[in-house]
Amino acid sequence: MNVRRRMITVVSAYAVFAAAVMVWAPTVGSTDISLSKAFDRSIPWDQNVDAQIFFVARLPRVLSGAIVGASLASAGVVLQAMLRNPLATPFTLGVSAGAALGAMIAIAIGLDLGAMGVSSVPIASFAGSLVAIAIVYFLASSQKRGLSTNVLLLAGVTLNSFFSALILFVQYMADFTQSFRAVRWLMGDLDVGSYSPILAAIPFIVAAFAVFAILPRTLNLLTMGENVAAARGVEVIRAQRWAFLSASLATGAAVSLGGPIGFIGIVVPHLVRLMVGSDHRIVLPAATLFGAAFTVLCDLTARTIMAPMELPVGIITALIGGPFFLWLLVKKS
Amino acid sequence: MPALLWADNVSFRYAAGGPLVVDGVTVRLADGALAGILGPNGSGKTTLLRLLSGTRRPTSGRVLLGNRPMDRLSRREVARQIAVVPQETELAFEYSVIEIVLMGRHPHLGVFTVEGPEDIRIAQEALAATGTAHLERRPFHELSGGEKQRVVIAAALAQSADLLLLDEPTASLDLGYQLDISSLLQRLNRDHEVTMAISTHDLNLAAAICRELILMRDGRVLAAGPTEEVLTSDNVRRLYDVEADVHVNDDTGHMTVVPVRRIAR
Repeated sequence: MNVRRRMITVVSAYAVFAAAVMVWAPTVGSTDISLSKAFDRSIPWDQNVDAQIFFVARLPRVLSGAIVGASLASAGVVLQAMLRNPLATPFTLGVSAGAALGAMIAIAIGLDLGAMGVSSVPIASFAGSLVAIAIVYFLASSQKRGLSTNVLLLAGVTLNSFFSALILFVQYMADFTQSFRAVRWLMGDLDVGSYSPILAAIPFIVAAFAVFAILPRTLNLLTMGENVAAARGVEVIRAQRWAFLSASLATGAAVSLGGPIGFIGIVVPHLVRLMVGSDHRIVLPAATLFGAAFTVLCDLTARTIMAPMELPVGIITALIGGPFFLWLLVKKS
Repeated sequence: MPALLWADNVSFRYAAGGPLVVDGVTVRLADGALAGILGPNGSGKTTLLRLLSGTRRPTSGRVLLGNRPMDRLSRREVARQIAVVPQETELAFEYSVIEIVLMGRHPHLGVFTVEGPEDIRIAQEALAATGTAHLERRPFHELSGGEKQRVVIAAALAQSADLLLLDEPTASLDLGYQLDISSLLQRLNRDHEVTMAISTHDLNLAAAICRELILMRDGRVLAAGPTEEVLTSDNVRRLYDVEADVHVNDDTGHMTVVPVRRIAR
């Protein structure tokens, strides 16, 4: 039972898979392109159509898919462990609803405060997610004893429905074009158009992953219950606080980038657990990598299955995720 | 003998303005002690164990570990000296037995350190000591109640702590497993020099293995001292409102308690 060797083997295998998917995905699409031509430096850029399609049209979409998938999957793993609830998702605690409300408002009032190549919708949705995180966090920590996971769950679920009501209100007030844009945003769209939104999201996601890196063994113990974890030397409240904040930050950044793409945060963690067990030192990195690959593959399906029409990726993840979630519910009970 | 763990006049309430669940309790656990904590439901046994293990802080009073106030120690430092066996272990995810036991090594490992051969040796010794070595690779959730409880004790042993606090370790076990666990605890105390405090409802288990008893009712200590002095029919009546015969076997010194009937308080 050598944990280190298992970590290295399993995580490398997932890394190879994710890398292969990410290199292959941009070559697939309405126009066939050749990978060797795309990377051929001897052809001038403005004559190399393959390179332009690869790097300008398709790679940003693949990268945003990978980042969104990695963030949602790992945030799902962290929240499920922290809440001791295998059915929790990154959207359970209201972060995505906050992000969606922010995006809806930006669309409805035609907000225009784009900065550094990032348009106003992702900025507003990220702000919305931060508001939701702050509300849930302060509600849950108003308890005398640190963070209450029960309050966290209840506050998150309530906030989700409250924000959904506000979203409906904003949509009702919006005109037809705005409503259409809003609905499209809610379906999830990884076609970010350029590298700027990706670069803007990266610092937040890197910060979240830096916290994820120190969490895994603590997460193992948190799944055994707060009292057991405390008796084994875990500073429970501090660990829960960091887990909640980092997972929420990753979720907020991911949703601002690609919209609230459902089911990644629950399907991927569970598939990975089925393959590698429950040790979070392996589950967390594996789910991160598998989440990236899974989302890129779903998006690839979305943009090719009914070509030339491109479906929103959220439809594909929901078609796979919905039945999977139900199967999981039945299996657990 | 100096107290290894000393709760000095501790009180505790869960919510501000709520009732005192533990009310002015003083407990001294000497090195090598095997103490039982007895009392009816809601008498504060579990809470007292939480105060002793430092997972809860007393509302007033203090707990000393060695000679140091518990609240000055980090959770890690405390966990290297005190291990806890909870009443029940509910897992949210599926782990193998060896994974569960290795989690006991947590307070000895750095943030990015992975269990090494030494940790695995300690974990396997703990499995052997609890008679669960053959279960090493099994999924924890597939084990029987008695096997689970022994694995949880093994995980606590893997913590390499001098002190073991157990909360009703035999509560949900059948007679055979109860005997297994009680002889295991006796052996650990005798051969591995683990100091123990055990909360239990099983008076005969307490009589058989505990050298001293702490009787708790309504958050207070009703009586405390050597088992043969404390475990009297008079004390059992005051503790549980139950008429009981306490027999001492003249040859072996074993004490047995036979409850007779409930009496009005």
